[in-house]
Amino acid sequence: MTDETPPGGARGDEIVRKILAGEPVTVGPKERMLLDRVAMLEQDAGARSANFEEVNLGFTERLAVLEAERCLQCKNPKCIDGCPVRVNIPRFIEFLRVGDLPAAAESLLDDNALPCVTGRVCPQETQCELLCLRGKKGKPVAIGYLERYVADWAQAHPEALPHLRPAASGRTVAIVGSGPAGLTAAGELAKRGHQVTVFEAFHAPGGVLIYGIPEFRLPKDIVQAEVDRLRDNGVTIESNSIIGKLFTLAELREQFDAVFLAVGAGLPVFMGVPGENLKGVYSANEYLTRVNLMGAWAPDAETPVLHGQRVVVVGGGNVAMDSVRTARRLGAEEAIIVYRRGPDELPARAEEVHHAEQEGVRFDFLVAPLEVLGDDERWVTGLRCIRMELGEPDASGRRRPVPIEGSEFVIECDMVVVAIGTRSNPILRSSAPELAVNEWGYITTDEFGMTNLPGVFAGGDIVRGAATVILAMGDGKRAAASIDSWLTGSWPPVPAGENDEAAAGASPVPAPVASS
Amino acid sequence: MHPIVARDQLSPNVTRLVLEAPRIARIRRPGQFVIVRKGPGAERIPLTIADADPDAGTITLIIQAIGKSTTDLVELEPGEAIQDVAGPLGSATELLDSGHAVCVGGGVGTAVILPIARELGRRGVGVTSVIGGRSREWVILEDELRAAGEVVTCTDDGSYGRHGFVTQALGDLLEAGGIDAIYAVGPVPMMRAISEQTRPFGVPTFVSLNAIMVDGTGMCGGCRVTVRGETHYACVDGPEFDGHQVDFGELADRLSTYRPFEQRALEHRAACKVPALAAAAERTTEGVTR
Repeated sequence: MTDETPPGGARGDEIVRKILAGEPVTVGPKERMLLDRVAMLEQDAGARSANFEEVNLGFTERLAVLEAERCLQCKNPKCIDGCPVRVNIPRFIEFLRVGDLPAAAESLLDDNALPCVTGRVCPQETQCELLCLRGKKGKPVAIGYLERYVADWAQAHPEALPHLRPAASGRTVAIVGSGPAGLTAAGELAKRGHQVTVFEAFHAPGGVLIYGIPEFRLPKDIVQAEVDRLRDNGVTIESNSIIGKLFTLAELREQFDAVFLAVGAGLPVFMGVPGENLKGVYSANEYLTRVNLMGAWAPDAETPVLHGQRVVVVGGGNVAMDSVRTARRLGAEEAIIVYRRGPDELPARAEEVHHAEQEGVRFDFLVAPLEVLGDDERWVTGLRCIRMELGEPDASGRRRPVPIEGSEFVIECDMVVVAIGTRSNPILRSSAPELAVNEWGYITTDEFGMTNLPGVFAGGDIVRGAATVILAMGDGKRAAASIDSWLTGSWPPVPAGENDEAAAGASPVPAPVASS
Repeated sequence: MHPIVARDQLSPNVTRLVLEAPRIARIRRPGQFVIVRKGPGAERIPLTIADADPDAGTITLIIQAIGKSTTDLVELEPGEAIQDVAGPLGSATELLDSGHAVCVGGGVGTAVILPIARELGRRGVGVTSVIGGRSREWVILEDELRAAGEVVTCTDDGSYGRHGFVTQALGDLLEAGGIDAIYAVGPVPMMRAISEQTRPFGVPTFVSLNAIMVDGTGMCGGCRVTVRGETHYACVDGPEFDGHQVDFGELADRLSTYRPFEQRALEHRAACKVPALAAAAERTTEGVTR
């Protein structure tokens, strides 16, 4: 039930027993320190590596209350500084601790438009939980698991939440892209009474939450429910609408009072090695889109996907972990991560790496691909690689991998998934040459998230390059605040209160590298 | 939703659907395509916009029923609807402003040629269309193309027009000279043969590549094709490319990626739904869709 930290003695055991039994118990400040972090319940690794059901099973209410008791309710809570959307963490945890779930849910939703999502996919260990005081000695409060519990409760109990429709401002906003940045901005702007239309290129909204992150990590009906809640709050979503094709940015500027560009960094990067166009080589984007958005994981799906028996995934980020774990679930006897650096340099979340290991994924570290090998019919038969050693630190501060001469070898495989990152998609910018972008095609913005075009804002991966869901959400939230100022004539946004540090663009959390 | 307003059969396995898509009808240009998804659970498939009526707010899709998804689509009747239509996608065709163009269409590729020939005709470019099929019943869009210029029809069995392949008719035109550009769309072997045929004449030859794609916006990279030794995405860089520079062998191979899957899906569909369609499962197919 609890992690391997030293037990809290007889009194600690008594508190745990009483809370789990639902009996009243008063826990003193020092007694909180006796409580160990509650572990997440997980689906058995053997069973789950053959199914697409969620790996983490969530807390029960009693376990959630027990974990909430561990929070010290710091006067100056550092955890909030670690959160890109600045969720008031101690506040919702305190409501949860005293059993007032409607208040906990309202508090959380007030700060975070997509808590069911962030409670599942945020790298809490490098954000809120990293700064949690309890982590200085022992383990931090399981903030992510508690967020997930409260968010799931809110999704299951919509009737318990106030349904406030703010007075209409009469202002309109177009949001391009329905991923985490776009949906967050949509929620924030709808809350302020603005009429929001979200344009999505695919047939279903959610962006990377729908096409990228697999079912076993983020069930699609949960994303759908979050999107439905935004619709209930008055947000309009136009699917199949590719801006740059169906409408131009100039047209959106004519029709809307403000525009938020959150199109993501959707163009896959390939390795640039021979054989990359052989049959059986996928970009992670294509592989995951087929499996997740198009539902190819189901046996009766209409969209096909190759079921490799020996699958090599190139890359070490979360997308690589998602791909390799998907391959296992689709029947790969061997699913192998090939990463050119070492285990300490893996950009993926620790939990994803751990889950992949549990599910039987093999990791080949310090290995770089040289060529994809194929047979007469141009099907993949192997990946020719070279071993690497770590040299001097590079610009990112990580030690640069250097090839070891003469160490070439072949990994036999019938499928290769390339998960080494993404770039800016040219469709929007090629149809809007007036929009300023940097040398890599990412949109440049000022400290308020506004582009060079008045009233046009941008955020998420299309500004910062491939990053995380929560950083994109942070951008969406900040952009929404700026857009609100723009629409209500209080420009430039005036710093006031704790959100201004973020509003001024000084994110307290450094942008992690998604993959390399 | 995009209601079907008209449907007719052009050949034994080619169907014309006219559907509502007002915005796309107004802005599409020749050479562009849409991605359609019939409804929940259905595949996303790329289809060239064969025609559009901006006043009526409709676009025309000409679909060859070769797999389960295309077979499902062509069975739609007027009044029924396609749930998702995304576009217009791809780059528009590079069109001549004057001179003489030859438009070659093989099978359902003729549907891709039609909007190009029409626009060329409208610009005052001399157009000769060369279209072909196995036999008379497989030749499509002859009347529509005649409105844009001269039409030469060819059948493999000689049952209609010239006896032989479109390449033979094209050969005569090349020998006669005076051709400024060739637009060729059809099965990969046809486009490859035509590109080889025109190369010694130095006539610019544009082909439209029906690569496998999911999103159609450059996101999946599934449609990558090698042109002039470099990888391009058919969906955003194309679908039209310089035929003299395309690696057709690679394209043909990549198009076969899901063939076993398609065959199974079609057999399954035929077995459990419409026995008459079992015949469709027998057909050998060129690309996935066009």
